[in-house]
Parts: sequence; structure tokens; C-alpha cells
Amino acid sequence: MARTITYMQAINEAMAQEMERDPTVIVFGEDNVGGTGSPGEIDAWGGVMGVTKGLHGKFPNQIMDTPISESAFIGAAAGAACTGLRPIAELMFVDFMGVCFDQIFNQAAKFKYMFGGKAKTPMVIRTMYGAGIRAASQHSQTLYPIFTHIPGLKVVVPSNPYDAKGLMIAAIRDDDPVIFLENKVQYAEEGEVPEESYTIPFGEADIVREGDDVTIVAIGRMVNMAKEAAESLSGDGIECEIIDPRTLSPLDDETIFESVENTGRLVVVDESNPRCSIASDIVASVSQNCFGDLKAAPQMVTAPHVPPPFSGILEDLYVPDAERVAAAVKATTGAGATA
Amino acid sequence: MPKWGLTMKEGTVVEWLVEEGADISRGDELVEVESEKINNAVEATSSGILRRRVAKEGDVLPVGDLLAVIADASVPDSDIDAFVEEFQSSFVPEEEEAGGPAPEMVEIGGRSIQYLAMGEGGTPLILIPGYGGDINIFVFNQETLSQDRAVYALDMPGHGGSEKDVGDGSLDFFAGVVDGFMDEMGIEKAHLAGHSMGGAIASAFALDHPGKVASLTLLASAGFGEEINSEYIEGFIAANRRKEMKAALQMLFADPDLVTRDLVNDILAYKRKDGVNEALRTVADAVFADGRQARVIDASKLGVPILAVWGDNDKIVPADHAKNLPSEAKVETIENKGHMVQMEAAGPTNRAVSEFLGGVE
Repeated sequence: MARTITYMQAINEAMAQEMERDPTVIVFGEDNVGGTGSPGEIDAWGGVMGVTKGLHGKFPNQIMDTPISESAFIGAAAGAACTGLRPIAELMFVDFMGVCFDQIFNQAAKFKYMFGGKAKTPMVIRTMYGAGIRAASQHSQTLYPIFTHIPGLKVVVPSNPYDAKGLMIAAIRDDDPVIFLENKVQYAEEGEVPEESYTIPFGEADIVREGDDVTIVAIGRMVNMAKEAAESLSGDGIECEIIDPRTLSPLDDETIFESVENTGRLVVVDESNPRCSIASDIVASVSQNCFGDLKAAPQMVTAPHVPPPFSGILEDLYVPDAERVAAAVKATTGAGATA
Repeated sequence: MPKWGLTMKEGTVVEWLVEEGADISRGDELVEVESEKINNAVEATSSGILRRRVAKEGDVLPVGDLLAVIADASVPDSDIDAFVEEFQSSFVPEEEEAGGPAPEMVEIGGRSIQYLAMGEGGTPLILIPGYGGDINIFVFNQETLSQDRAVYALDMPGHGGSEKDVGDGSLDFFAGVVDGFMDEMGIEKAHLAGHSMGGAIASAFALDHPGKVASLTLLASAGFGEEINSEYIEGFIAANRRKEMKAALQMLFADPDLVTRDLVNDILAYKRKDGVNEALRTVADAVFADGRQARVIDASKLGVPILAVWGDNDKIVPADHAKNLPSEAKVETIENKGHMVQMEAAGPTNRAVSEFLGGVE
């Protein structure tokens, strides 16, 4: 039957197939080429986690290393996109995005708008987010709300290997700047992925599970937590509908509204810090548009308003888990205390 | 609990259609069951009195579990109770991946083609899906029909798991693939059954190779009149999102509730692959140009036994195209069923086909 590969392999395969199909697709970042041919190491390291491993051997003219200078190479990506190339820049950890904000927010995101729609900026910035690997505050944040705030950027957060491949190919073929956020804990997660190239359109949420009692909107890795919670709640007679937005910009709010119109209850699970998060954004938008349908106050399950801790015990408490999701669901049904 | 398709592991009991104590004949619809992909009615496998409805509405049961007990009126209640107890205490759901039939690939005319083989012996039956369809549309048919003979279901180029290149997209092109498949498998003569465009492909093949066709089974078949629902064809090509696809797929069924989320997702996953939309466009332009069927088969020249099965509520190919078949053709029209008659009325379709094929041999 269908082939099973990891989340990491799915992203690697998407890039490889697009580089093969279109020679203007280029990849650069740190350690994409470095290490090639050194003792004991025939292949390049393939980026900090090995996501681009193997690409250098297949496409030596479409991949290069950059200095450890995010502001330079993200700016280079924006410039390359303007010349007609389709760059994929790898910016190790989303936590480092601060040093290249101008290039992303004030340049790449604005080109199309400033040039009256005539300029295209087909670039992808791949980056990792999320806590869970004991990498401490400066390598563990979940910062997609910051990009979602900026008009002109598309923001993609795949929750599984199948979506990761289809959304990456769609990102590469898109003519706007796309921030592609990969959860570092999920790289080894396996799933069925077709060998052929395919795209998943931006702005279409996936209904991961159908249910009539409570709508759970979960982002990225949090979809797994929501699924686990929904299974246990099903045993208690509470049927949850799980919606995975897949892309935060554009956001498929229509699917979320339709679900809430049916269930009357909403829980949003988001690993970001709670203030100005995707959770607060979706709760606000549902409150404004579906107020008459709501049977209970919407609930947010997020990280607390602190940086991700280095202490393993604290880090495990920091990331929302199935138990907290289930408690929030019960808070909306009156079956438990407010989360 | 029946197993519909390779991936079904459990089913949800939706609604009982008969009361306990009812007189049941083999083939009667007993209970509606929902699998991940589709809802369908479970039919009685034997005749008698429906003595126990063991499964309750809303139950989610593994494949092979006990739904009901049918027995003669003479069997004492205590025996029925003992049977149910015995079954439930000893039933073990089948483990996953127990090595059932899986699709295979074969190279035909330089293209890799996916097919699923079930059963052995007899004059083989080849199942040909229609436009946009794949081997999964025969999920309720292939296993039943394979009790009497080898049955092959083929993914045509551009469809399912087969290569996406569709040549000129004409009926003759696809008929050539069927020919290549038979050569590759060493099949000299086969019964052909085609759904929708698959029926037109089978008929085109029969015209060119009368000696290789034992009979034709035409399921809601294209090829016998000019009308075709071009709103469906164009809607299917254009649909890239869940809602559009659901609306398109609902035209295929008399009962729109049969289109489940998983069915929509499966079709979208196929449609989103590179080359699929181009392939579908090429075929539509060749076979359904300008909203008409480009080629109407001269049925009088077919010269093989024909069975046609149609749902009278077919919104894609009108059921009255059956009147263009030769007078000796056997025509079964099933009430209140749509274009996917082999799914919506799987039991009656399977019985008609089995009886027809048995009569031909």
C-alpha cells in the first residue's frame, strides 16, 4: 500500500522533486554543503538537523552554504526571488529571526504591495519551532503569530508528513514570501506520503476528525495532542471535531465558523505564548462572528507567558498536552472545572 | 461486520432497517453501516427469521464481529443466546495487515499500471473504472464476484495509482491498455465490466477484439448516447477544495449523504498530484468534447452477451441510454439509485452480474 516516510523525509523529498522539476529552485543556509567529503563524512551534514541531506549530491549547482549571518542570507533570498529565482532559505531556528526582521517584514513582505502588484517574491524561509528537545529558551519558541501579524507573508505550519510535502511544494511554487515552520520534535514522525509530487492549497483547513460536541482548532504539533485528547473524551461521550488550519496566513476561518455553528463550543490549542497568539486571534474572530452560536466561553490551551524553560521538568509542563486539552474541552461542556 | 475495501478495520452501526422477528430472505438489507469511506447497507447472507439484533445503533465494531443472528423459527431462544455468548467470548478481531490482497504494478506500453487481483480460475473478469475513478469504486463488488473466478480491477492511465500520461485520451487509447494488460497477464478471453467511461472503453475494446471478450457488463455506462452531465465533468476537474469536490461527488449518488469526508479527502489527494488535472482535461476533451459524448458505440456490432445495470436516478449518464443497446441485451434498472450504482446498490448489482456471467458460461 502507500509508502511511509518521516516528516523530515517528506520535506526533503518535496525540495528534491521541485529542484529537479525547476532549476530556478535553489536552497541555501548553514551546513547544507559543509562537511562534504571530509573524513568519515561523504555527504553534507544537511543543515542543523539534516533536513537537506542528500540534496548537495543531486543538485550541486542549486545549493550552497551561507555564513552565519541571517540578515545577509535572508536578504539575499529576497533579492534572488526578485531576480526570478525561487530560493528556499533555511534559517535554523525561528528564534533567530530577530536579526533579519527588516529583510522579512519591511522588504520581502512589501515588494508586491509597493510595486503595485507587479513584483513577485517567490521565496520560502524554512525554519524550526517548538519546545521539547531540551534546547532552552533561545531555540524552542513558537513564533508563528509574529509572521501571521504581517500582511504580505504566508505562514504555513504542517502537522504531519503528508501535509508537509504537499504544503512545501505549494510554498515553493507560490509567488509570495512563505514562512514554512517545521516542528523539530516531529521530524521522526512517520506517515503515508505518495511518491508523486502534489500540492495542498493554502487556506484550506483539514478536518482531522468529525464530532458534534466541541470544536478543537489545533496548530502544527498540537494536532497530535488534540487527537489524543479527543480519543479519551470519546470514551466519556464527548465527540470533538478537530480542525487543523494548515496555513495561518491565509486562514480558513470559514471552516472554523461552520464547525462552531454546529458544536457551539471552541477550544484552540496553540504552543505559542498566550498573548497575541493564534489562539487569541481565533477566539476573538469566533467570538465576533459566531457569538450567537456559542454555548460556552471559548477556551485557549497555550504555553504560559514565559520563555521555554531549559529544565526538562519545566519544559514538559510548558508544552500543552492531551490532558490540558481534555480539561479545556470539559470546561466548555460543563463537565469539569474551568481550565 | 463486513469488510469493504482493503483498509476497513471497523464500521459504525448507523441504523437497523428491519425489526427483530422479521422474515428475512437472502439479500435483504438488514442494517446500515458506515465505514471510513462510505455508508452502505449490510445484506442478509442467509434466509430465516431475524432472531437477534446483536449490534446496537451507534456501536463501532471491528470487521468480522457479530451484527445479528438469523435462524429458523424452530431454533429455541436458549440456543440463540448460547450462540451469541459463545461468539462474543471467542471472537478475536483480525490483526491488521494479515496479508490480504494488495494492489500490484505492471508495465504496459511503457506506462506503469496499477491493478488489484482477487480470486482464481474460470474465465477472468476485468473491472474497468470510469472517468476520474479508480479500483476503489469496486470495493463492494470485487471480492464477491471473485468467489467464482479471477477478477482484476485496473487503474486506467491518469487514474488511481497508474501513470499520469493518457496519450490522446481517447477510448481507443484506453482500450489499448486493456489489450496490453490481457497480453501481459496471459489472458486470452475475459469478461469485461466497465463503469461509466469504463463501459465505453470495454465496448470499444469488444468492437476491435471480439474474440477476446466473453461478455460485456455495462454499469451506468457511457458510450451509448450523446448526453453526459458536463457540469459534473467540469466540476470534477475544477474542484481543488473540499466543498467543491463534495458538491461534485454528490452528483454521483442518489443519496448525497453517502459522500463521506474520507471519500472527499481520498479523491482530493488524487486530484492534487502533479499531472492529474492535465490528464483529466485531455480525456475530457477527447471523450466528452463540447459537453457531448464524442463517440457513440454502434451497439449492434458488439456481438457479445451484454448486461447493463443502471440506477434510474443516474445524474451523469441517463438511464434511458439502455434503449440503444441490442434487444437481446439484459437490462437491470435499479430504483432510486444514482450513477455509482455498483456502490449504492452493491448487492443487487453483484447478484445480477454473477447470474449473468454464470449464464454466459
